[in-house]
Amino acid sequence: MAIELKMPALSPTMEEGTLAKWLVKEGDVVKSGDILAEIETDKATMEFEAVDEGTIAKILVAEGTDNVKVGTVIAMIAGEGEDASSAAAAPAPASQQAESTPAPAKAPETGTAQLTAAVEKTRPADPAVPAGTEMVKTTVREALRDAMAEEMRADPRIFVMGEEVAEYQGAYKVTQGLLDEFGPKRVIDTPITEYGFAGVGTGAAMGGLKPIIEFMTFNFAMQAIDHIINSAAKTNYMSGGQMRCPIVFRGPNGAASRVGAQHSQNYGPWYASVPGLIVIAPYDAADAKGLLKAAIRSEDPVVFLENELMYGRSFEVPKLDDYVLPIGKARIMREGKDVTLVSYSIGVGVSLEAAEKLAAEGIDAEVIDLRTLRPLDKQTVLESLKKTNRIVVVEEGWPTCSIASEVAAFVMEEGFDDLDAPVLRVANEDVPLPYAANLEKLALVNADKVVATVKKVTYR
Amino acid sequence: MAKAPARNAPTPPAVPNRERPSEPERFKASKEQLLEFYRQMLLIRRFEEKAGQLYGLGFIGGFCHLYIGQEAVAVGLQSALDGEKDSVITGYRDHGHMLAYGIDPKVIMAELTGRGAGISRGKGGSMHMFSTEKKFYGGHGIVGAQVSLGTGLAFAHKYNEDGGVAMAYFGDGAANQGQVYESFNMAELWKLPIIYVIENNQYAMGTSVNRSSAEDQLYKRGESFRIPGIQVDGMDVLACRGAAEEALAWVRAGKGPIILEMKTYRYRGHSMSDPAKYRSREEVQSVRDKSDPIEAVKRELETMGVTEEQLKPLEAEIRKIVNESADFAEQTPEPDPAELYTDVLVETY
Repeated sequence: MAIELKMPALSPTMEEGTLAKWLVKEGDVVKSGDILAEIETDKATMEFEAVDEGTIAKILVAEGTDNVKVGTVIAMIAGEGEDASSAAAAPAPASQQAESTPAPAKAPETGTAQLTAAVEKTRPADPAVPAGTEMVKTTVREALRDAMAEEMRADPRIFVMGEEVAEYQGAYKVTQGLLDEFGPKRVIDTPITEYGFAGVGTGAAMGGLKPIIEFMTFNFAMQAIDHIINSAAKTNYMSGGQMRCPIVFRGPNGAASRVGAQHSQNYGPWYASVPGLIVIAPYDAADAKGLLKAAIRSEDPVVFLENELMYGRSFEVPKLDDYVLPIGKARIMREGKDVTLVSYSIGVGVSLEAAEKLAAEGIDAEVIDLRTLRPLDKQTVLESLKKTNRIVVVEEGWPTCSIASEVAAFVMEEGFDDLDAPVLRVANEDVPLPYAANLEKLALVNADKVVATVKKVTYR
Repeated sequence: MAKAPARNAPTPPAVPNRERPSEPERFKASKEQLLEFYRQMLLIRRFEEKAGQLYGLGFIGGFCHLYIGQEAVAVGLQSALDGEKDSVITGYRDHGHMLAYGIDPKVIMAELTGRGAGISRGKGGSMHMFSTEKKFYGGHGIVGAQVSLGTGLAFAHKYNEDGGVAMAYFGDGAANQGQVYESFNMAELWKLPIIYVIENNQYAMGTSVNRSSAEDQLYKRGESFRIPGIQVDGMDVLACRGAAEEALAWVRAGKGPIILEMKTYRYRGHSMSDPAKYRSREEVQSVRDKSDPIEAVKRELETMGVTEEQLKPLEAEIRKIVNESADFAEQTPEPDPAELYTDVLVETY
């Protein structure tokens, strides 16, 4: 029987890609290990190898085709002794095939899909950007890179250091192109040695430089957390203001897709509990750019928490020469009058999705993106509370000792009289993130959980 | 025992497979230089004795790690540095290194007593003192952290092409921390200008080097990173100075990092709260009698014609400086309560 060649997923988060080039043509005999095609994602070009042996019977997706969904049949291979022409005839378009053959077992969908389900639909423009500003569609990944590049052009003390940031162009391609522009003196590949290079970066900042330290993920920064907290955050205070440490620790944080508990944790609450640190966790590309530029310019140590699931998402970024946002200011993503949803990072998209669902049921939700987790913009939250009298905090992270806990606490301390209902939290389940797709789905926040919780505080 | 086959030639002596620093020569100090070393070492000794006393009286709280016995190391090494461009970083046993840099004993002692006039405004304490003006970067309380941070200082020297060298001190205990080796690796990989100084005072708190270190010859700890090491008599200030010059020549020539293992000894416990039951009184007394670094300089001065009588005014002057620093530290006020909230962040958000 003819073998279907399907568009492969080349990373845990890949959903589609470009079939850049076929390296075989119809009639070629292939064996396992032969390279059949080159496939491009937004991160990289990858080679697609044959697993099965046979003759290329039919190429179904021409080279140069963009947006080929993962799982699409791109070619047919005729097995040994099989007639290539009949194999070529076999593949029917997917819809017909679905009618004529039983549906093949579908790969389970990752639970993180629910975190980004509505990102495409929920893209409010930032009211702080002047009307008429030209907007450029940019991925979060590119926005972060642009922020670093712009700042590095302006200040020779800034350098980037981390694992695979230079020659590999970034493990998640966030530093793509920086080595070419700035050279190996300023874009530095380190050994796999988080504790060491976090300390070297911190020492370099104490010595007058402005390091950007990339962690491949913040999970690995646990090996380095001593320097982030004991060395970077506390030294200015312990020295009576003598020892400056202008450093940015950045990298992806929070759940990624199907990578299991050790690679899926939100460290926002950990770092946000430490005096002496600035903690930023942006949601969209414009904030990623404007806040990373602010972080790099800050004289204080900054923990900048990105999200791998958001790297490939595109948003409108204002085309301005120097787009810098203030640290410590939340952003109202959607105005509403019935309830305030407070969130940050990827939880903002979940909140916006929930707000749309709630609107359909006649509940008008306001959505606040905290953007900075330390210092927290309490004022924006309390002002919103005055209007809505109800708060639900949405957090892709554990509930215990969370940012949500902190919001609940300060709202009670400083806004008690404005509350018409208890502050409720929608967070991940209080378990290490499981691998199995169904369990992963259950463990993570989603819009329906937010909707159900909002109904509790609005007594619907 | 089986006889070795006759055809086997004797093993040739091991030839280093790469360049090594030369064996350092003991520094030839002039009388004035040696007197200055004596003055600095005695200042540290008397200052630390006074600190111990103030601790006993309750003026100094928390942890207080005295440098008594190790004076020759900081004085000998730092005398070779260029104060304009080189930087120094150490752990929590930091009083001596600051005094050796000529930092005012008053602001150090006032920091120990937690006063607003202390060098860290009373917010750092004994273990956390800094002087960016003197390029002294602390004063760090986490064992081994200063090794990575010092490597970062060296990174900055190289990045800025300022010709400076970083000197990072750590103890035999810190020498077993993992980040030390992470730092060695990067420092050699990037040929960073750094001198790693292992102050081997024989005990990591109460655990002797032999009980904690599989390779107890700590100067060899850089071998697998191709970092050369030199073992130095840390009780001899002139040997320390000589070793510093050799190390500086190596590092300033762009050959990358180097390790100096300073064999030294602390007379007091690890900190003030350490009863030091892990060693005998005789052991400590024997070092004091035979190898005291200050007595050794005194004897050396004698051969240069400086009599004990001639040293008396100097000793009196040091007592006066130390007493004044103690008086100041006892009398100057505690930090203003408003200081509680200053210096957390540099900027306002």
